[in-house]
Amino acid sequence: MKMVKNKFMQGNAACVEGAISAGLKFYAGYPITPSTEIAELCAEKLPKIGGRFIQMEDEIASMGAVIGASFAGVMSMTATSGPGFSLKQENLGYASFVEAPCVVVNVMRSGPSTGLPTSPAQSDVMQAKWGTHGDHPIIVLCPDSVKSMYELTIRAFELSEEFRVPVILAADEVIAHMREAIEIRDDLKPVQRRYTTKKPGEFKPYDDSEGLVPPMAKFGDGYRFNTTGLMHDTEGFPTSDPVKSQKLQDRLRDKIEKNLEKIVSVKTYNMDDAEVAVFAYGSTARSAMAAIVEARSNGVKAGLIVPETLWPFPEKIISMYAEKVKAFVVAEMNMGQMVYEVERCMHGKAKLLTVFQANGELIKPELILNRIKEAVK
Amino acid sequence: MNRMYEDYYRMDRMPTIWCPGCGNGIVLNGFIEAFKNSGLDRKNTVIVSGIGCSSRSALYLDFDTIHTTHGRAISFATGIKQSRPELNVVVLTGDGDCSAIGGNHLIHAARRNIDLTVVCYNNSTYGMTNGQYSPTTPTGSITATSMYGFMESPFDLCKLVEAAGATYVARTTTFHAKMIPMMIKNALLKKGFSFVDCIAQCPTYFGRKNKMSTPADMMKWIRDSSVNKKTAETMSESELAGKFVIGEFVNKEKPELTAEYTKLVERLKLKEKEGAAYAKV
Repeated sequence: MKMVKNKFMQGNAACVEGAISAGLKFYAGYPITPSTEIAELCAEKLPKIGGRFIQMEDEIASMGAVIGASFAGVMSMTATSGPGFSLKQENLGYASFVEAPCVVVNVMRSGPSTGLPTSPAQSDVMQAKWGTHGDHPIIVLCPDSVKSMYELTIRAFELSEEFRVPVILAADEVIAHMREAIEIRDDLKPVQRRYTTKKPGEFKPYDDSEGLVPPMAKFGDGYRFNTTGLMHDTEGFPTSDPVKSQKLQDRLRDKIEKNLEKIVSVKTYNMDDAEVAVFAYGSTARSAMAAIVEARSNGVKAGLIVPETLWPFPEKIISMYAEKVKAFVVAEMNMGQMVYEVERCMHGKAKLLTVFQANGELIKPELILNRIKEAVK
Repeated sequence: MNRMYEDYYRMDRMPTIWCPGCGNGIVLNGFIEAFKNSGLDRKNTVIVSGIGCSSRSALYLDFDTIHTTHGRAISFATGIKQSRPELNVVVLTGDGDCSAIGGNHLIHAARRNIDLTVVCYNNSTYGMTNGQYSPTTPTGSITATSMYGFMESPFDLCKLVEAAGATYVARTTTFHAKMIPMMIKNALLKKGFSFVDCIAQCPTYFGRKNKMSTPADMMKWIRDSSVNKKTAETMSESELAGKFVIGEFVNKEKPELTAEYTKLVERLKLKEKEGAAYAKV
């Protein structure tokens, strides 16, 4: 594996590096703290590599433009934060339903509403899954370092193309603005889309006979296909047929649920002999790491579970560890969101303790350490 | 149906969902005639629409078509055009779609002069939801949400996009059906943001509530309310109240966004080559 020298950069910059390595050629966005550096760097870098940037009139338009570019066959991304992520929800649902591959970065800041615009939070993790109306497939990744921001951005493009699904990179303000050294790979090939090999006339944009993820066509290739946010048949035209409607809903669920092994990724630390499992993601995982190290030096066998994939939720691994440990400590920068998923997957097999904080400050390791100690009392 | 049109329709999607006497078919036929006369390549053309009766047009056209979300067609179209400038991008939309919920996208697309052709089927009502007032409903009209008479002022969409910077702006009506293909063709061939406002009748949800229950009544109303641009210049503001001024209002040249961006990409490429050459020396 060829590497260029280490680079020292912030998370938002690492995201842009990763996106460009993955093949990003189109960015549409609207300025919002703390994600703005992503737009600024795309504006600078994309025209240099034959890509294109546009600053749209609002967040809704940015999401629309990204989906338009995706159907035009151009790898596309937008980035936003809090209020902007709320505005994107309708078109995000459209992207999911019409199966338009695209990447949406949400640098989470403290909410609700305008909240604390420059402070970190992890309070959009349920919204990322359920923010738009209707059942819909979506993948949400969560970086816990600048390195992981780079890697998961690349992964986001890979997953979005492989499963024809919008992928959300749910970073938090700390990860986005923290500076760390990372290695930028220069041997990466752009992510490839799977295009149909069928001729125009034979091609159906939502052909379920071709597996759970139908290959695409792009605008301008002579396929004259239609796509719509209405309930649609395999040919991409509106239908109200209950059988066809349910079949589409089932396939959209199955393309994620039957590919969990390819999608779900979790990092674990010191979990082999752990009595207490800390579940933390994003920058909170960094505090949690300090807490488990400190706990171990105090003689408490603590381990850490860091989900890189928030959605689909890593059910199996949580259930598996719930059988092994005495207690779980869930720490998140919100008033308690992913904890409900953890609790559901624990099946009451272990004690559950929590650290919730939504005041715009990072969760300090001591708070997590105190809970770990409480868990083994 | 005339064969000239048939070739451009998805005949297996007929009949349309439109009510008998609806004006949308006249506009859509006008678009097809315009497209055929424009000489543009169908393969390189994408039709984008939003939500509403008129936006169903995309589903009936045998092109690459994308039926998007309510009001957002222009933003999707902007993404298509800016990412693939070689494509011709057409937006078929309605008055509610492009000037109420999508008004922000309309004015900004005109301002940035991106090469899109926007055709507005302007029937001054939300037909799909049974006839509520829209931003272009004439003052005093009875609608499902203005049963005591509409008390706001309507938008003049042509003036709006002209002020925002569009390079081609025209208005006609379904009564003046021959003008539709002429204007849409000019719009398609214009390298820049073009807007054609087509006043159309909705006898079912607008006409019936306003003493024009037949399509013919509505066509007569459209005829009698239409004023040629030249005549309009001699009329006072109060004389023009409730009238549709028809004609070409703007037809000018201005640098177009995606072409300018292509120049930037070329310039940066050249700079990089020069930089590399300099580094070798």
